[in-house]
Amino acid sequence: MTTLRIKNARKVYPNGAEAVKGVSVDVEEGELVVFVGPSGCGKSTLLRMVAGLESVTEGEIELAGRVVNDLEPADRNIAMVFQNYALYPHMSVRKNLAYGLKNRKTPNAEINSRVDDAAKLLQISEFLDRKPSQLSGGQRQRVAMGRAIVRKPAIFLFDEPLSNLDAKLRNQMRLEIKKLQQSLDTAAIYVTHDQVEAMTMADKIVVLNDGQVEQIGTPAEVYGSPATTFVASFIGAPPMNLIPGDLSENGLNIGGTVLDHTADHRGPVTFGLRPERARLTSDANGIAVDIGVVEELGAIRLVHCQLGDHELTVTQDSEEPLPSGRMGLEYAERDAMLFDRDTGHRL
Amino acid sequence: MDKAQFSSPWMPYLLLMPQMLIIAIFFLWPAAEAIRSSFFLEDPFFGKATFVGIDNYRDALTGSDYQRTAWFTALFTILVALISLGLGLMFAVSADRVLRGQSTYKTLLMWVYAIAPPVAGLIGVMLFDQHIGPLVDFAALFGWDMRIGVNYWDTGTAMIIVATWKQIPYNFIFFLSGLQSIPSSVKEAASIDCRSEFRRFWTITFPLLAPTSFFLLILNITYAMFETFGTIDLIVKDQPGNSPVTLVYKVYRDGFRGNDLGGSSAQSVILMLIVLALTIVQFRLIERRVHYN
Repeated sequence: MTTLRIKNARKVYPNGAEAVKGVSVDVEEGELVVFVGPSGCGKSTLLRMVAGLESVTEGEIELAGRVVNDLEPADRNIAMVFQNYALYPHMSVRKNLAYGLKNRKTPNAEINSRVDDAAKLLQISEFLDRKPSQLSGGQRQRVAMGRAIVRKPAIFLFDEPLSNLDAKLRNQMRLEIKKLQQSLDTAAIYVTHDQVEAMTMADKIVVLNDGQVEQIGTPAEVYGSPATTFVASFIGAPPMNLIPGDLSENGLNIGGTVLDHTADHRGPVTFGLRPERARLTSDANGIAVDIGVVEELGAIRLVHCQLGDHELTVTQDSEEPLPSGRMGLEYAERDAMLFDRDTGHRL
Repeated sequence: MDKAQFSSPWMPYLLLMPQMLIIAIFFLWPAAEAIRSSFFLEDPFFGKATFVGIDNYRDALTGSDYQRTAWFTALFTILVALISLGLGLMFAVSADRVLRGQSTYKTLLMWVYAIAPPVAGLIGVMLFDQHIGPLVDFAALFGWDMRIGVNYWDTGTAMIIVATWKQIPYNFIFFLSGLQSIPSSVKEAASIDCRSEFRRFWTITFPLLAPTSFFLLILNITYAMFETFGTIDLIVKDQPGNSPVTLVYKVYRDGFRGNDLGGSSAQSVILMLIVLALTIVQFRLIERRVHYN
């Protein structure tokens, strides 16, 4: 069953700025959907529209079969986790967790048992009587999640919940949120600008750019067959190599080098190749590249090289001998992607 | 905060010196002088002073005039502080919610504060003028024949209104900045957790304003008790008889108009003790329940 259905949602601010330009997304039961995109792409606005913190200019938000466009945030059966935690600083952790339930006239016994369960689940039982100011960033994050969990909402909304934590804690919490969400089996939307977070957590990724959906798919789909050059460059680290070229009867012409390519399309294209799908060989008879700077990352290394006038990055196992001078470039033809150079769409 | 290290142990005292001097000259010395003269019956014309023990205190505390003034001061202080805090908060909450024309609204509300206090006081007094005051005319519409300077409570009412009116913008500015320092995400989280805006205000916004409110409460009590002197002076200037005044004004009137320096000193010592007690109570009791971030 579909938990949340966003139909053609648009958001136009009073000053005329259009933050969300007709987005449709479905969130299935128990699914974790990640909205990812650069800052200003409208992902947070879209989330806030679902929460009811922003009005919907056009389109419909349907939660559990009911259009909620005109409902107050408190009436929508959603729970949100904010980037800066947004805990109530004057209340103890216990009161923070209980506040939403108390206002919904939940019986006290029920509140206590839910708060204790959530606290146990999040390992914050010993902090229940502390104020938020006495907690560390990670602990506050747990309290913020606890406040969402006790409500047992139809859907969790996460607005960049990890971006205030340090890198190590972020990786740990990322995993915990994912586990938690799976064990609670509740649908969730997770907004982030971090593509690694998106890839690792999502059941389904929605890549947004400039208020529009670029692609919706599983992490594997978004990585393996990006629909546009934007998705190709946004998802994956290091990003996909994108090189302008021309397709003709002879093949694909990239800066003077002609590659064999069996495609029907003719005209200007963008050639895309993932750094990790390319290999360097000592045989420079095929496609020749000039090796430039080499970055060692430990297990792998990034080799920056020059193909004609264009920069190209290739990743390589650190076990391999250090590349230098002029070398050959190899790749499987199925790994080479072509995009229309004008529209950016995959051919 | 880092503790500063001084090479000489006298350095901190030297740096504190100017402040200490000011306190000594403008507070400690006059206070000591007031305490001393409160035990004497001073002859205002020939400078002869007779030691009378605690007679001045007994006269002050048992005098019906003093008790009446004390009760009026208490009532005046409570009403001025609470009404101006209440209205200031109400205006601040409204201004915080206004989206369009917010700056105009804010400017209009702060305007009174930008006017010099005596001028604002004079305007207030003119509003209650017996002949041209629009507020007196307004009261007359409801059959209330206001007689400022003649009727005790009419004068008191005018005093409370003018003093309150002058203090509202001050409270408004502090409450508004207090409201705007509450993170919007906290308000948003509350709007998800609680449907009723009224309840949200009392459970989230108001407690978060507590430090501001506490600070303002102290300032407002001080204002009502002491800084309203000018306003009161303008209102009761030529009607010394039956008009209500506050304790501070009575100290001035008995001392400088009535030439009873000893009695006036005793009153000001009593006032000093009241302030001391109030300060202790305020910090001990109220601060404990105030949440500071």
